[in-house]
Amino acid sequence: MNIPLWLDALIAALLLIGAVVATLGSVGLARMPDFYMRLHGPTKASTLGVGCTMLGSLLYFSAAGKGISVQEVLITVFLFVTAPVSAHVMARAALHRRVACSAHTRHPPWPEMDHPPETPSPATRGDARHAPPSTPGEVSDTP
Amino acid sequence: MGVLRQLRYWWPRPQFSLFLLVLWLLLMNTLSLAQLLTGAFLGWLIPFLTQPFWPERPLLHQAWRLVPYFAHLLWDILKSNVTVAWLILLPPRRLRPAFIRYPVILTDEFALAMLASTISLTPGTVSAGLSPDQKTLLIHALHVVDEEALIRHIHTRYEQPLKEILE
Amino acid sequence: MIAAILPLALLLFSVSLLLNLYRLLRGPDLTDRILGLDTLNINAIAVIVLAGIYMDTTIIFEAAMLIALMGFVGTVAMTKYLVRGDVIE
Repeated sequence: MNIPLWLDALIAALLLIGAVVATLGSVGLARMPDFYMRLHGPTKASTLGVGCTMLGSLLYFSAAGKGISVQEVLITVFLFVTAPVSAHVMARAALHRRVACSAHTRHPPWPEMDHPPETPSPATRGDARHAPPSTPGEVSDTP
Repeated sequence: MGVLRQLRYWWPRPQFSLFLLVLWLLLMNTLSLAQLLTGAFLGWLIPFLTQPFWPERPLLHQAWRLVPYFAHLLWDILKSNVTVAWLILLPPRRLRPAFIRYPVILTDEFALAMLASTISLTPGTVSAGLSPDQKTLLIHALHVVDEEALIRHIHTRYEQPLKEILE
Repeated sequence: MIAAILPLALLLFSVSLLLNLYRLLRGPDLTDRILGLDTLNINAIAVIVLAGIYMDTTIIFEAAMLIALMGFVGTVAMTKYLVRGDVIE
């Protein structure tokens, strides 16, 4: 094992940052008061934390002279592509089940998502593009 | 001449085939001739067998412009993680969560998916649903003070580039 | 330096796994449990990679990839079941 010192320090820093960031994501998952707020920690922090760990591992195995290992890249790219999709489908399921959001959340989404409002809500730049009332139905599929 | 159409039929998606070949080699983690041939065969077979299920091919006018877009995105992801990590450590009572209805101008489904994924990966926002007419994207924000500013930020930083690149 | 950091990183990820397990068991809604399980999957991948560095082998990365694939498919299947009451229509 003949890894230069600076690379050794870089890999160690990446592994440590990755672990800390991923743990913060899990802390957010454990302590946030409602489901939608819990969703934020894992989708961003855990993904980036694991990404950092993967980068450290990639550098380590490439420097250790075992040939460049590319599977970490594949896993990382896969995680970064799938994390928003899983977050979206989970949020959609929660909206569908009417999982309660905490009391001080502004503009809770019901019942407007089932029946689009005829007057623009203050949050949108209400104009001609705004949703016309359409047939009642659930939130549509991921595009 | 029907040669081109014949080729289109027998080899429907050259780029996708190439992508599958590269993916196969990455999965196998080798570059031997046997795996190269297997990957090329699978890269031909899978698009050929699944072509009835595909929607129309997405048009990429300026595919190279996706590169700076992804560079921007990566930087924003790093920033967003610092922000979210800080917000997580705050007492939850001090957060101001909100649902935001974002008026979408993109019409292409692939571009919409890209926008929704981008929003989910960037500062304190998760896309949670699309209205049935695909005009309003429901976003949950962990901590937002000025909703108008957030909508404008998403519009100028992500939606405009995506519209120029993909539509 | 890596040798000194590895146990610390593994410890932090163990804490994450316990926090995810807490959310998985506590709920309160089914979607919370799914979210806990999904995060558990992602953290398990990192633990496998760290174990790979610890044991100095890349052979177990195949398992990490399988968990990544199966975790995503599982999450999507479970949420689809919640929304539609059916996985394959």
